[in-house]
Amino acid sequence: MKPSPFEYHAPDSLEQALDLMSQHAGEGKILAGGQSLVPAMNFRVAQPGALIDLNRVGELSYIREAGDVMHVGAMTRERHLEFDPSIAKRIPLLTEATPFIAHPQIRNRGTIGGSIVNADPAAELPVLMLALNARLKAKNVSGERWIDAQDFFAGMFTTALEPDEILVEIELPFMPPRTGWSFMEVAPRAGDYALMGVAVLVTLDDAGKCGRARLVYLNAGDGPVDAKEAAKMLQGEKLNDTLIVSAAAVASEQEITPFGNMHASPEFQRHLANVLTTKALKQAMQRAEENLQ
Amino acid sequence: MTQSFPVTITVNEKEYKREVEPRLLLSDFLRHELGLTGTHVGCEHGVCGACTILFDGESMRSCLIFAVQADGHVITTVEGLAKDKDDLHPIQQAFWEAHGLQCGFCTPGILMTLVPFLKQNPNPTEDEIRHALSGNLCRCTGYQHIVDAVKLAAEKMR
Repeated sequence: MKPSPFEYHAPDSLEQALDLMSQHAGEGKILAGGQSLVPAMNFRVAQPGALIDLNRVGELSYIREAGDVMHVGAMTRERHLEFDPSIAKRIPLLTEATPFIAHPQIRNRGTIGGSIVNADPAAELPVLMLALNARLKAKNVSGERWIDAQDFFAGMFTTALEPDEILVEIELPFMPPRTGWSFMEVAPRAGDYALMGVAVLVTLDDAGKCGRARLVYLNAGDGPVDAKEAAKMLQGEKLNDTLIVSAAAVASEQEITPFGNMHASPEFQRHLANVLTTKALKQAMQRAEENLQ
Repeated sequence: MTQSFPVTITVNEKEYKREVEPRLLLSDFLRHELGLTGTHVGCEHGVCGACTILFDGESMRSCLIFAVQADGHVITTVEGLAKDKDDLHPIQQAFWEAHGLQCGFCTPGILMTLVPFLKQNPNPTEDEIRHALSGNLCRCTGYQHIVDAVKLAAEKMR
């Protein structure tokens, strides 16, 4: 099918884009990479009255180190995240996970900001934002505010953004020293939406015990799911196989709420979560131990 | 009232000036406005890869970009690969020789995916080839001949 008609605006500065958003609050929709929005429009699931296209707003595309955080412009293409050497060095979890986002042709166009604001529970970037404690900068004509990733995702395809706000920047703290990471997912075909996926971070303390752990799941509820109880079980402990298996059981049986789909029942999704958590925790632990040396 | 925008788009090294309605997809612009029907339209939601073109040299889905967004940009379609039928692009030649296609519907998208892939990765492993092809669906050959063709193309281009 083809999209229904809409009013089109292509501002070439953020200031113009913010003005347009304020004029069209409610019916105006931001067009970022369009890799989820345009399919929805082709199906006529989405019929926005006006599109405000940010692809000519060059000032929103950058990756910059600033102290111990990385600033990423919202219109930065996913393909640039994937190959950025400073992200690979400072935030290797992001580099490892980016190739799981759809296909290269999609990542060439799709943007970090677009995927975050789309807030698809099956998408990788919202999960990564939560796991990495990102902060998200939103702007409207009257000012700006920072929103923590944990307060940003408000349910299925829903965020904390106001109708006239634009996500302009993502701030990602560098991963701390002695941190191991892992990202794993299972999809019917490479590049498809995953049936289940998990991002894991493990930071060891001076004694080699788990100082901090984070386990965040995709396609496991109505947004990225942070398995806090499982993480708590690991904190302060020396990680071993028994503990990892128990934490994986708690996360997969008690903390996630997968809905199931035509490819997988909720039970199968829980099974996948269990297996992936065990494998990912082991990999993260091993990497953290390598980082100690 | 329907809006329309003047656009200037360079396709296969030729500049085109047209008026487009914002909702016109780049894939339909190429096919219906310019008559470049080598770009195929399969799913229109970014899954099948048949409509893959080069947008400023990078492979993208032309069904997920509006023509108006291509204003001022440089597009290459499958028609831009060969100078004429006796002077095929090495990837096209390799697909011919290694039987990398059957019905041919998916082929233009696969070729346009491979052009930048083999430029960035002139000596790919079979794994890397299969990964590069993951965004293009073929319903005839079962991929083995396609993978063989990519290996042959890489050889020809080295």
